[in-house]
Amino acid sequence: MSWIDIGHIDDIPLRGARLVKTPVGCVAIFRTAEAEVFAASNACPHKAGPLSEGIVHGQKVTCPLHNWVFDLNTGEAQGADEGRIATFPVRLEGERILLDGVAVGKRSAA
Amino acid sequence: MTKKLIVIGAGMASGRMLEHLIDAAPGAYEITLFNAEPRGNYNRLMLSPVLSGEKTYEEIVTHDAAWYEERGVTCRFGEKVVAIDTEKKVVTGENGALPYDKLVIATGSNPFIIPLPGHDLEGVIPYRDLEDTEAMMALGAGKRAVVIGGGLLGLEAAAGMAARGTEVDVVHIMGHLMERQLDEAAGYLLRKSLVDKGIRIHCKANSKQILSDGNGHVRALQLDDGTELPCDLLVMAVGIRPSTALGKEAGLEVNRGIVVDDHMVTSNPDVLALGECVEHAGAIFGLVAPLYDQAKVLAKTLLGEEARFVQKEVATKLKVTGCDLFSAGDFAEGEGREDIVFRDPARGVYKRLILEGNRLIGAVMYGDTADGAWFHGLIKDASDVEEMRETLIFGPAYQGGAAADPMAAVAALPRDAEICGCNGVCKGQIEDAINAGAGDLGAVRAKTKASASCGTCTGLVEQILGATLGDDFVIPAAQSICGCTDLSHEDVRQLIKSQELKSQEAVWQELGWTTRNGCHVCRPAVNFYLLADWPLDYVDDPQSRFVNERNHANIQKDGTYSVMPRMWGGMTTPQELMAIAQAAEKYGATVKVTGGQRIDLLGVKKEDLPAIWHDLNQAGMVSGHAYTKGLRTVKTCVGSEWCRFGTQDSTGLGIALERRLWGSWTPHKVKLGVSGCPRNCAEATCKDVGIVCVDSGFQIGVAGAAGMDVKETERLVDVRTEEEAIEWTVAFVQLYREHAKYLDRPYKWVAKVGLDWVKETLADAAERQALVERFDISQSVYQKDPWAERAKPEVARRFHPLADLTLEAAE
Repeated sequence: MSWIDIGHIDDIPLRGARLVKTPVGCVAIFRTAEAEVFAASNACPHKAGPLSEGIVHGQKVTCPLHNWVFDLNTGEAQGADEGRIATFPVRLEGERILLDGVAVGKRSAA
Repeated sequence: MTKKLIVIGAGMASGRMLEHLIDAAPGAYEITLFNAEPRGNYNRLMLSPVLSGEKTYEEIVTHDAAWYEERGVTCRFGEKVVAIDTEKKVVTGENGALPYDKLVIATGSNPFIIPLPGHDLEGVIPYRDLEDTEAMMALGAGKRAVVIGGGLLGLEAAAGMAARGTEVDVVHIMGHLMERQLDEAAGYLLRKSLVDKGIRIHCKANSKQILSDGNGHVRALQLDDGTELPCDLLVMAVGIRPSTALGKEAGLEVNRGIVVDDHMVTSNPDVLALGECVEHAGAIFGLVAPLYDQAKVLAKTLLGEEARFVQKEVATKLKVTGCDLFSAGDFAEGEGREDIVFRDPARGVYKRLILEGNRLIGAVMYGDTADGAWFHGLIKDASDVEEMRETLIFGPAYQGGAAADPMAAVAALPRDAEICGCNGVCKGQIEDAINAGAGDLGAVRAKTKASASCGTCTGLVEQILGATLGDDFVIPAAQSICGCTDLSHEDVRQLIKSQELKSQEAVWQELGWTTRNGCHVCRPAVNFYLLADWPLDYVDDPQSRFVNERNHANIQKDGTYSVMPRMWGGMTTPQELMAIAQAAEKYGATVKVTGGQRIDLLGVKKEDLPAIWHDLNQAGMVSGHAYTKGLRTVKTCVGSEWCRFGTQDSTGLGIALERRLWGSWTPHKVKLGVSGCPRNCAEATCKDVGIVCVDSGFQIGVAGAAGMDVKETERLVDVRTEEEAIEWTVAFVQLYREHAKYLDRPYKWVAKVGLDWVKETLADAAERQALVERFDISQSVYQKDPWAERAKPEVARRFHPLADLTLEAAE
């Protein structure tokens, strides 16, 4: 793992998301509670809808295009839909958001 | 020879440690105890009950001087330690020096004082010791206090003073109270009980300065929005800092606290430390449970026995009568989590368990915390809860009990809760009618008139029938909003009004939602209902809106957006057209003329939205709201101004209506049309509101459609003047805003409630006027150009990626 500081927790609205551009494509960082974040691929496997623009509820996000719902823990589509989005290690250190650089295709800094 | 032990600080941790030490080996050490305060040890945790008057100081003393002396401890109370020499192993007090073999530092912590201007004024105190408590007790009735800090201690201080009749304001910088221990739902309930006690709570409030009365005494706290909160006493309860000065001077390793290892030994092998002054494995301590664990370990270390301090999950309880809350473990952060939520609105109960795999890792409870210790045990022991997952939330006593009652929310309503807004019928009247023999919906309607007008409260009346008659009444299955609740849209709308629910948390809790914060189906609906019914109290939540309304542009299938400026009544100018043309060229947009008499710019990138808005704003244009459940367009023909058949100024009326209605949120989109004569060139008769001008005045039609369904408008009324036409239109839109189900266009809503009811309601001039007034109040909040607000650089930033990690990828 190589943790990269990508921003302050308040840069993401509560129950909202922001995008991070990475070598493996756009990653959405979701803030599901005051101090709870998840990272997952931004593209819905259905029609590539931008998940960072979806409604965030509980620990899930609903795709803005056709309402597919994904569990951010596992990346699995919920209900009758079948599909999965990639998830990435992300954590909070105090108020800073740290994303695992290796998982998103950055070479380790060391 | 007996070894000499010196202990600095007679607090709760050192008191407990000496108990263990002396119990285990009475004569092992010759002990001297220094304490800067002129007294022994009292239970600091119990200061709050002393403040509220539930206990006296005498009752909370745990170790007085006599207790220590009986056990052969030499007490040097009221004497400060001035130096520690770890080379010579000597401690120097104000009254002389003393050698030691082992030294224990238990100096505790100091309250943190925010260095606001005025923090040194008289009447500004922390909440730490008996003196602070006495200052608060002395205040009493008729005086005012401000508490900065909505954490555990701050709230106990506030509740204690309020119990003595003092008027209290609590100022908290975060979004909800006790955010470190509670989630938003429990924070909402806590706030509600404190407000019931007469305490005013200000969340998300930043303190700016403390104002003086001119004689060096505090007069008020000023917030950064300019609000002044007058007070006779200001209590800062914003946290503690380990008291490490002595340790630092003695040359011990100190970070945030005095660093100790698992045996509670500092960087010097003969100096040990415990309590709030220490740092262990990066953590510092403020709650009593870990301090008692440290006391046990330190006593054993002194006796040469092996023992290690291990940090455990800590549980929190608030000592405020009537505020029963419990929080343990981790409920905020991490992946692989699962929630179990239980709410009982009747008893004001909220419980949330957080599971990770088969283990319980956190619990938050409010209102009923009887099972707290049991849950805490499961967390600490990391027990496998797979077997009892289904019933876990009901606690240890649960075995085969009844499932949660879907009618609980309605059953919990008080008798004076208004069920039928049209006819002003309360729950009690309906119950009385049922008990007097009205056994079905028709009978209740006949007897009480409840649900006999617009009919939207039918579901609630049926649930009251069910709750009153039990199995004798079968409730017809009403469509609930979504899986988060058993209530229908109509039920929720009515209860938001009658129970005065003014926040999302209030709706989730009082109506018994089964999820943490709804889902993509119910949350946008609830957000609309709240802002429509409580425009001045509720703040619109962009995170509860679909992407288009959040980004104020329509997302297209390739992820780009379309941008459409407003053209009032379909009129534009050469200047506007040039600005639109320039913007289209600059941002590479495709240009399309729409059916609503405006121009659409397609294919704009999200990052470019704030810039293109700025450019269009500069030319005097505002958002066309082509993306909202709100007023879209008012389509007009050229009317009497140009047309040889025109009877009235249809363009002018269209512009006046659009200027009045723009910016308002509605259950679904609203489109208007105004035609200058019955030839109807503006196609007004298939709009939500369509006005056709005639020689004698204006024919107002409503509930037309030209989408999935095609339907001609129905005549609402004929009026003579333009003013009347505007008044009726605004009143109709407001009635729709207040009553319709989210995502019902006006024609669907009118079909449900009946045009007769709409006509009857609006025919009452006073009611019509009241509707217009309520609409205008809402417009005072919502009639703002969203583009201008978001084109500002600090907001525009949010339209860009948070970070770009591709930049140095090529290195």
